[in-house]
Order: sequence, then structure tokens, then C-alpha cells
Amino acid sequence: MPVPSATIELDEARAEGPVQRVRHLLHDHPTLGPAAVLLVMFCLFAVASDRFLSPANLSLVVQQVMIVGTLAIGQTIIVLTAGIDLSVGAIMVFASLAMAKLSVEMGLPPALAILAGFLAGALAGGLNGLLITRLRLPPFIVTLGTMSIFFALNIYVSRAATIRGSDMDPLLLLTGKSVEILGTKVTYGSMAMVVLYLVTAYVLSMTRWGKHVYAIGDDPEAARLAGIRVRRMLVSVYAIAGLIYGIAAWFFIGRIGAASPQAGQSANLDSITAVVIGGTSLFGGRGSIWGTLMGALIVGGARNGLTLVGIDSLWQDFTIGVLIIGAVALDQWVRRVGS
Amino acid sequence: MLGTGRRGLIRASVLGATLGLALSGMAGAQEPPILVGLVVKDLDNPFFVKMIEGAQAKADELGIDLQALAGADSADNEGQVQHIENLVAAGAKGILLTASDSKGIVDAVAKAREAGLLVIALDTQLDPHDAAQATFATDNRLAGKLIGQWAAATLGDAAADAHVAFINDSTLQTSVDVQRNQGMMEGFGIDVVDPDFIGDETDTRIVGHEVSNGGPELAVTGMENLLTKDPDIDILHTINEPTAAGAYQALEAAGKTDQVLIVSVDGGCPGVQAVKDGKIGATAMQFPLLMASLGVEAIAQYAADGTLPAPTEGMDFFNTGVVLITDQPVEGIESQDTTWGLENCWG
Repeated sequence: MPVPSATIELDEARAEGPVQRVRHLLHDHPTLGPAAVLLVMFCLFAVASDRFLSPANLSLVVQQVMIVGTLAIGQTIIVLTAGIDLSVGAIMVFASLAMAKLSVEMGLPPALAILAGFLAGALAGGLNGLLITRLRLPPFIVTLGTMSIFFALNIYVSRAATIRGSDMDPLLLLTGKSVEILGTKVTYGSMAMVVLYLVTAYVLSMTRWGKHVYAIGDDPEAARLAGIRVRRMLVSVYAIAGLIYGIAAWFFIGRIGAASPQAGQSANLDSITAVVIGGTSLFGGRGSIWGTLMGALIVGGARNGLTLVGIDSLWQDFTIGVLIIGAVALDQWVRRVGS
Repeated sequence: MLGTGRRGLIRASVLGATLGLALSGMAGAQEPPILVGLVVKDLDNPFFVKMIEGAQAKADELGIDLQALAGADSADNEGQVQHIENLVAAGAKGILLTASDSKGIVDAVAKAREAGLLVIALDTQLDPHDAAQATFATDNRLAGKLIGQWAAATLGDAAADAHVAFINDSTLQTSVDVQRNQGMMEGFGIDVVDPDFIGDETDTRIVGHEVSNGGPELAVTGMENLLTKDPDIDILHTINEPTAAGAYQALEAAGKTDQVLIVSVDGGCPGVQAVKDGKIGATAMQFPLLMASLGVEAIAQYAADGTLPAPTEGMDFFNTGVVLITDQPVEGIESQDTTWGLENCWG
């Protein structure tokens, strides 16, 4: 006589070991995976170096993550729609040069120059969106092309010269200035980045626009049939991402103290790394913006920690490669629960 | 690998704990030695690899802890900024730096100085020059002048109508690139217009400028492009010897190795051998190992009693020297032959 299925389920549940229980827990709360990796990493570094957990150093890690962390916000919303953006760095530099040149060389009031930079980023992102939706080309191809186009424009417009912070109005450098909170210096830019994350988290989970982003990434045809204006949404996603890159440009100028046409070349890979480690699927429709922040902190914290422990660049690169594979493998293992 | 279930969890914990203890052991049990940071552009260029070796040797000799960090590529300024910040956080006493962006790194250097570190620029001066407390470098303009003068003298009367091509490092007008390029033009007799900018010259002898990012791969394409522009090139200026090697490959394929005279800067052993083999006409030798070891010594001195290193008389940097290496010496230009070159080269 066949055993009733309810009994079988109970038997299976009782037989589950602690590892399987952890796996289920991580599956139900996707951000826990990267958060766990971050926690373990921080613990290891704290044990290996007594300087790692000092408030000054932790504040430094956040500052170091500020630029990629912000760019990754834009990358996240694009990846959520199953797209990808390789022109991240080039657009950020484009916006930073716009801000710097308009203010320093053309005498525009700094506030206007900064807003113009945001606009430049949004327009560049919008261009990506238009090319992707009108020409119906894969985002990878389009942004690969615009990456080269903007890079060349950047060199041309700047005559390959870096614009120095010492020539700039203090407003452009504001994001790099810090204020003392609880005995540690925290930069305005880092605080603004956290605010951006909060705003993005709200928009993605609480607004119709946000829900449409997930829907498009999950199944664009179903989204279209449900009445979502997919092409218009996609253009808005890329344009908003561009705006975020423009904001990141302001953070960049504040942090580095210069606007340089050669900057941002590893930004593409770094932002995608943060998104992937953070658990957002490259196939779209699934992921959390907080995961991205964890991902950015993992890579940034790893570099800082490895330097404090005394490891040379060669082995740092090696370790970070292993870390990336490990983090994504963990995520995949978690996802395969019950499938 | 670790197994599932309870056993797996226990094994994983033990491994993790052991790793943690091992790492903490590494962090030093007794009085830690002085930490010196060496931040180079990237690890691909043998020039920087040799610099790291030179610094490491001196550091071992003096009992100093050396940490070698590099950007992701020769244009990675953000990476270098991060490395400098992390070195300050790690308690370094001083930093030796070959900057990929001589202007963009200035803020990070200022913060390191504020924290009490001695920052010495190696090979590439920062902009402004006094952003670092000292610079140990080759006189890159002189290096360019020597090879330019040699090229002009070797061509003799033909120099007046020569076709001169350039393969530089990048489009970014870095100080090393600009100084060598413009120095070579000055030595050759071309009007540089603005000596701090490549590309504003109007001399019709110039065929064009290509870039190699300091390596042979792009140099091959660069050389091919230049030959397409003008098949009758006589002189090729190259930013360094790996670039010259790549260009030579392209010339070989085009059958023009006898037509084009290559000049370069570096003084690496493979490059000097190339001069001996007749592939490169003349090269200006620099001394990266000396730069690095003098740099480490200077920081050790600073950590001991706060003395700052002094520049060479009459210059705003400490000149580590440059020597022209060629087997075809020219009257009036001091040079050494490849035998001397091979004894004194690096790499």
C-alpha cells in the first residue's frame, strides 16, 4: 500500500541537516548570502589585522566603495531587465568632464555645471536605451559600441588633460569633504550613496515602475501582454541609470580630486562584479539592490583587508578572483534548493 | 569536498578557524618592521617588475617590509588611489609611486603626506612637481634628446627630408610620454611648438603618432598603420623597448627592416641585445633598480630621523642618470657600446 505523501514530506524535513537548513534560509532571503560572505570576510580580516575594524578604516572602505557602489545601482536596474551596460565608466567620465569643463573653463556657476553633468549622464543613458529599443540590438552590443564612442569623445573634449581639483569650485569637490560622526570622518558622498540606495530600494519594491522593471526582466513578452510599455520602460531604465552615473561622476570628482578622461575603465567590470556577487541574476527578473551593496563592499573590503594583511597586488588579484567564483558558486548552490 | 550534514559543518568550521589563526599569526608577533609601499602602474611592464625586484632586494638588506601594489592597467588611477589609502591605513612610513595619472593622483598623495608619510615619485614626476616630497627619475627629456640627436647625426644631410614616425605610450599626454617624445623631436631638430604637448607640431617630416600602451602587441598594429600612411619612413621613435620589439616585427613582415632606423628608451637587457642585433639603432638606458633601491633607502632614513631626500643640483628631481647605448657612435654625443650595455642593463 502506498505511503501517504504527507508522511514522506515530514520524514524528509526531519532528515535535513543543519547545512540544508542554512541553505533554505539563504534561499528564502536572497540578500543573506552575500551578507554572510561579507560578514565572514570581515571576521577573518579583523582577526588577521588589528587595524581592519578601526572606525577610520571601515569609513575608508565605504569611501573606496562609493564610486563603484553608486555605478552599480544603475547597473543593477539594467541587469534586472536582463540587460547589461558596458558604457558605465565612459558615461561617468563624460559627465565628470562636462561638470568640470563647464565650471572651470566656461565659468558656469558650479551648481548648474553639476546639474548639467547629471543631465549629460541621463542623455547618454537615454541614447543607450533608444539604440537598444529602436535598433533592437542586444544591450551588450550597443553599450560596447557606446563605450568606445564616449571614451573617444572624452579624450577629444578634454584634449587628454586631467582637470585638477585645485582649479575647481569647492561645490564640485563637496562630495569628498567629510563631517565627523561619532568620532569618525564620513564623507558627504558616502552618505549620499546610502540615500541613493534607500531611494532605489523604495522605488524598486514599492512603486509600479519598480515592479515593471522586474516584470520586464522576468518575461518581456508577458509584460507587454499585461499592458506594460516595454520599450518606453527600457529607455527610462537606461536613462535613469545614466543619471545615476552622472551622480557618481560628482562623487568621483570629490573623491579623486580631479576629472580625468582616462578614468573609469575598470568601472564596467567592477560594477558588474558587485551586481553578480550581490545575487542579482544576469538573466533578469530577480535580485535585490542591497545585494549589490554587499557585493561592492565585498570587493572593496577585500582589497583593503588584503593590503592591511600585507599581501601584494599579484596575490590580491588572485584572491579576489577566487572570491568572486566562491561567492557566485554559493549563490548558485542556494538557488538550486527544491528545483 | 567537505561533505554535507553535521560532519561537513564541523569540517568547515575547523578549516575556517585554522585559516583565521594562520592569518593572525602572519600579522607579526613581535615589533613590526618598517612598512614601505611601492605602487607601480601595472605588473605587465618588465620595467616595473624590475623596479619591484630592486626595491625588494634593498628592503631585505635593510630589514624593511616592502609591499608591492599595482593598478589594473597602465591607466588605472583609481586603483592607485585605493592602494595609497590602504597603505596609509596599514601604517606605512613611506610610499614609492610610479603614477599612471600624474595629476589625478595628487589628492591621494596629499592625504598620505598629511598622515606623515614620505612620498617619493619614481620615474614619473607628479603635476605639480612638488606634490611629492621628492622625485627619483631619469631625465626623460634628456633621454629623448640623446636619441633624437643621434638619429639626426646618423642620417646626416638626409635628416632634412626624413620621414619621422612616433609610437608613444598613450593618448593621455603623461609626463614620461611627452618628455621623451618632445625631447626626441628637439634633439632631432623638429620645432615642438608647445614642449608639454604631443601633436601640435607642424613639421612636415612627421608621419604620425600611434600608441602602444607600452607593450609590443599594439605596437605591431601601430607600425602597420604608420607604414600605410607613409611607406617611406626613415626614423621611428618608440616610447620603450617592448614597443620597439613589436614595431620591428611589423617591419620584418613588411620587409622594411633596413629602411627604418628605430630609437628607443629603457636599457633593459632584451633591448640592449636588440641594439647589438641591429634591430634598434640606439637606446637611452635608464636605471630603475637604482631608482627603487635609493627610494627604499630614503624612506628608511626618513623613518629613522626625518631627513628628506635632496634633489640633484640645479634640478627639481634626483637624477638617476641616462646613458646612450649604441654600436654606431656619433661624434659629439657621448655613448656606450652594447658590451657595456649588456653589463649594466636591467632585466
